[in-house]
Amino acid sequence: MSQASTHEHRPQHWMSYPRFLSRSLGLATDGSFGFYAWMTCLTAVFLVGANAWANQVVQGMVVTNMTDHVSWGLYIANFTFMVGVAAGGVMMVIPAYLYHDKQMHDVVILGELLAVAAIVMCLMFVTADLGRPDRFWHLIPGIGRFNFPISMLTWDVIVLNGYLLLNLHICGYLLYTRFLGLTPNPRWYVPFVFVSIVWAISIHTVTAFLYAGLGGRPFWNTALLAPRFLASAFVSGPAFIILSMFALRKLARVPLPDGPVHTLVKIIRITILINLFMLASELFTEFYSGGAHTSSARYLYFGLHGFNGLVPWAWSAIVLNVIAAALFLTPAAMTRMSVVTIACALAFIGVWIEKGMGLIIPGFIPSTLHEIVEYTPSLVEWKVTAGIWAFGLMIYTIALKITIPIFSGRVRDLARDPE
Amino acid sequence: MGERKSISLPVLGQVSRRTAMKGVGATLGAGAFAAAISPLRRIDEKVTAEEFMQRHYKELSDSDKRDVFTRLEAQAQDEYGADVSISDPRPIPGTLFVYAINLSLCNGNGKCVEACHRENNHDRATNQSYIRVLEMPIGTMDMEQGNTTYDHPVPAEGKFYMPVQCQQCQEPPCVDVCPVEATWQEDDGIVVVDYNWCIGCRYCEAACPYHARRFNWKKPEIPADEVNPDQGFLSNRIRPEGVVEKCHFCLHRTRNGRLPACLEACPTGARVFGNILDPDSDVRWIMENKRVYVLKEELGTAPSFFYFFDS
Repeated sequence: MSQASTHEHRPQHWMSYPRFLSRSLGLATDGSFGFYAWMTCLTAVFLVGANAWANQVVQGMVVTNMTDHVSWGLYIANFTFMVGVAAGGVMMVIPAYLYHDKQMHDVVILGELLAVAAIVMCLMFVTADLGRPDRFWHLIPGIGRFNFPISMLTWDVIVLNGYLLLNLHICGYLLYTRFLGLTPNPRWYVPFVFVSIVWAISIHTVTAFLYAGLGGRPFWNTALLAPRFLASAFVSGPAFIILSMFALRKLARVPLPDGPVHTLVKIIRITILINLFMLASELFTEFYSGGAHTSSARYLYFGLHGFNGLVPWAWSAIVLNVIAAALFLTPAAMTRMSVVTIACALAFIGVWIEKGMGLIIPGFIPSTLHEIVEYTPSLVEWKVTAGIWAFGLMIYTIALKITIPIFSGRVRDLARDPE
Repeated sequence: MGERKSISLPVLGQVSRRTAMKGVGATLGAGAFAAAISPLRRIDEKVTAEEFMQRHYKELSDSDKRDVFTRLEAQAQDEYGADVSISDPRPIPGTLFVYAINLSLCNGNGKCVEACHRENNHDRATNQSYIRVLEMPIGTMDMEQGNTTYDHPVPAEGKFYMPVQCQQCQEPPCVDVCPVEATWQEDDGIVVVDYNWCIGCRYCEAACPYHARRFNWKKPEIPADEVNPDQGFLSNRIRPEGVVEKCHFCLHRTRNGRLPACLEACPTGARVFGNILDPDSDVRWIMENKRVYVLKEELGTAPSFFYFFDS
């Protein structure tokens, strides 16, 4: 509307940016009873987690159930899964920017915001897993000693934080310009979007290389790990986005078009099959060849020497993923919201098990000296994990709460509107 | 939105009721958060300012080291009631330490495990040690058939025994993966950890193919009279909670011309230790005259730890 006049009076950012922030704060904290109830519940869970973590820091990692045999547990399992969810958002970015899908372009910010929330969760999970969070600064390049490029963990620090900054910039720039009522200048965000596409692939590849590069852990030491990670990420990420779009429609009455949902369902139809195919390929190699290197897989799927703590988890993941795949492939997945909802929920949980506990724990069982020590997370670990999930959902909710009114044009910077 | 009811607050003047409620909510939330993380107030009991600021071992000057060692000695006195002395023996030039174990002699008595436990100030409650002994059926080298928790008289019929500890690999995967260079290989081949620099991510524990690394899940408990007072900064000093540790070939002994505690304790003579670069050393003779093997050779870690049989 006021586009014609905008190039004449350039926005004075030092005045309009604080207005943008304060208006965002207002949007983030204004809402219906349902919104307040949801945020209160999340806050409560988050506080329980924060308290559990504070106790863990003071009492030591002994409050977890991890051991020298299973030295990573629920935290690193969730970390791995959330890197996938963060990368999964790129399945909206690619159709929107590479294939110029107009409807997808309108909602692509949902995927970018999800990436922000998911990466924050990743960083929190890693911090929760540190024995000495007080020495966190040792990891900061320049101040500490950064073992780059040899340690894959330093690569992960770079790609995760880089992905967070990229998405914060893209979302922040788009929101701010929309708030001002301007058309975003492609120069300031499109290059970053293209970088973010490659970067999304990199975060999950690097995370897979963390494990795949360990020669002493045959269960992880497979070239298929990174491709599997990406395939399952492109199931869990889009599944979560579809579910949140449905929630926005139903609960917040946001009019969202069907097109992006259909596109995402089409994507999942492929990725979920690729993921299952790669799983089958991995299982064939493990079980047909046999030998000591396959004992982790035997432990995971059938139990080993009477230990079978993960067997129910492993099979539920397979069942959930197979049912989800079948549902996605039915024609109803394009027409019936209920079918898509169930399929997305099953796939999300299935991948959470497969790539979380189902991937991390068997890497340690049997141990490198072939001892078997099983692992079940402690109450503290569950509390901290729930707290981080609640915090991630809070970030995502608040981000949507700010974004939707600004993107729909309902909220504008009134101070500089000529009308 | 719509109509806005406003109320009067003494400090802020006229504000809408919703804004006032938000203020109350934010205050409550902040208060609850402060309460939730209040256990962190006890963090200063665990970490002093000097400890927090301490630089990496390789960046410490000689006078820095003296200060650090004095502080750690005072800490041992304070927390364990033990009078200890911390030193920092450096590698001897021209030395590459190698360990060899004669599996024909080892009978699984576990004296090495105990000696390591005492020498290295391990946690008494968990009976920690850097050494694990595998009981294996004669006729296989498959570790999956081994057992580390046997408690019957040894040697048992039809079994042989294989002690495993840090192999001091020449291509150590644990050193590569450490994101903060808290662990490295010294010139005499020993892989050490700066316990004051390790962030406790346990990536090295996942990377080690020999289960050689241990994590301090809690603060070690050791009675004052059992603390070994002869301590090395990079070896057997009492470790802080939340960091990784490992076998260091008893460098506080071996760099001063003594033998590792596990070797001294071995009643069978199965353990041989020495400088492989010395042509007259026992380990050199074994390498030249026995058919030795290393664990998991196919992984390319190039251990400095060898096994052999007499017969």
